[in-house]
Amino acid sequence: MYFFDKTIKWIDKRFPLTILWKEHSSEYYSPKNFNFWYFFGSLAMVMLCIQLITGIWLTMSYNPSESGAFDSVEYIMRDVSFGWLLRYIHSTGASFFFFVVYLHMFRSLMYGSYKNPRELLWITGVFIFILLMSESFFGYLLPWGNMSFWGAQVITSLFAAIPFIGDSLVEIIRGNYNISGVILTRFFSLHVSAVPLIFVGLVVIHIMALHTVGSNNPDGIEIKNNKDINGHPVDGIFFYPYYVIKDIFGISVFLMIFFAVVFFAPSFGGFFLEAPNFIPADPLKTPDHIAPIWYMTPFYAILRAIPNKIGGVVAMGASLAIIFILPWLDRSKVKSLRYKGFISKFFLFLFIISFFVLGYLGMVQPNPTRTLVAQICTTIYFLYFILMPFYSVIDKVKIVPERVT
Amino acid sequence: MNTKLNNDKRKFLTVATSIVGGIGLGFFSVPFISSWFPSAQAKALGAPIDLDLKKIGFGQKVTVSWRGQPVFVIHRPDALLDNLSFDDTKLRDPLSNVSEQPSYTKNIYRSIKKNFFVVIGICTHLGCVPLYKPVIGSLEPSWKGGFFCPCHGSKFDVSGRVFKGVPAPINLAIPPYKYLNDDVIRIGESDIK
Repeated sequence: MYFFDKTIKWIDKRFPLTILWKEHSSEYYSPKNFNFWYFFGSLAMVMLCIQLITGIWLTMSYNPSESGAFDSVEYIMRDVSFGWLLRYIHSTGASFFFFVVYLHMFRSLMYGSYKNPRELLWITGVFIFILLMSESFFGYLLPWGNMSFWGAQVITSLFAAIPFIGDSLVEIIRGNYNISGVILTRFFSLHVSAVPLIFVGLVVIHIMALHTVGSNNPDGIEIKNNKDINGHPVDGIFFYPYYVIKDIFGISVFLMIFFAVVFFAPSFGGFFLEAPNFIPADPLKTPDHIAPIWYMTPFYAILRAIPNKIGGVVAMGASLAIIFILPWLDRSKVKSLRYKGFISKFFLFLFIISFFVLGYLGMVQPNPTRTLVAQICTTIYFLYFILMPFYSVIDKVKIVPERVT
Repeated sequence: MNTKLNNDKRKFLTVATSIVGGIGLGFFSVPFISSWFPSAQAKALGAPIDLDLKKIGFGQKVTVSWRGQPVFVIHRPDALLDNLSFDDTKLRDPLSNVSEQPSYTKNIYRSIKKNFFVVIGICTHLGCVPLYKPVIGSLEPSWKGGFFCPCHGSKFDVSGRVFKGVPAPINLAIPPYKYLNDDVIRIGESDIK
């Protein structure tokens, strides 16, 4: 122990190791009333680490070329020792990452974690979410299966909707007249270098912003407003060891579920790995049924709901953009749904239902009835945000207690 | 609420959690490290290869690729072999005690049949491919034929035994091989260890 202490002292003189540890962990005050929903931040961190590590290992055996990509994925699956496991962890990990992030975001919607003073925390989070979508989209092309190919075809074609410059823009993005090895190597570069670098940077910013304003909690009460004579929050406990232990328990349960899927159902009935992607990319034949992977489908359904090319693209862009301004739309006096009134609860309920329905509709073939339902759900999706400045004010709120419960 | 701390229990739980977690991480690292070993494809490509010795002319050297490594098969004339001896003081390991070779090639010619020399053409210093210099006196006046590594100047005799005073530490390695009949050898496989 003596040697350990001496080493720490030696480092502290040269780098603020102990200061950082205390500020972000052993003396960081977290509200004592965190519940189940507060697992998903640390779980997202675990997923990020899993994706980074398995991604580095997959890159060691992957070949980003038009002729070699599909074969190299099969090489990983069949020939590389434990390659199948590394790939299945990575592909299942993508879905679980989104699953965790969606629940993490839902938590914020419930407890008003986006509200003043946490606007920047929310905005950096939305950036991370959009970056995650682009990262998964770039990664989806890399196996060079037929679904990869046509997914990239459809999404890059979105840019053709932009007036005047659209067609040239699509050619620039593809670097060719069609999806080819050129865009494959571009996406590979973005997937393994640029996006992960920005992603990790944003996560650091996200956590620094969190530790500046402090964590919200299920009651939406600022624990900093209630301090003891030493100036420490009465309702706060240290992140280390209390929440570290709690999170380790959550991570253990989560990893059991995660690896159960990895080992026993890695394609998850076509939800995580789609059947057409086991066939090499074929520029001459679109799969019979083309749909994005499940975590993209709500936004894809919004795109399809609008019967106009540019209108659909704008609606989909708007459905993501509007999430950014949420902190300024909610004008309620209280943060947490626990103390909000019926109208707010009702709108959040409608919003979640419509999000699920959109998610389903994005997976299935469109028909007139489904398109109508998608249009209704898209309307609800936007009304949740657009009407919020009004219903959050007229909604009858309950009295927030002094202390967390 | 129980305010009394049970430190022994805490210590036990901390140590138990750390040990179980550590073992878990150990198991988790298995697939990552395993994936670095030669893949099934590499193993398949590293299968033994057959070579017909009749095609190698007198004094000729043939290089074949086995496991992606150069293997020299040399038809050595007797004139070069006559100079070989076990008590050459210029050699570092004349008896081939340290070097890698199958037991049946641990002889003065380091081969099964003395005229056909099979050797891995990788310098034991830092892995360059040595040059075959069979002409007597070609490298230096006292040169009796052998191998010379162009990277760092290591010298080996015509049986691949390393000379003293050069950077290579041990003799050139001999791969396992066997005669399928009088003229055909299979490199990479042998019946005897």
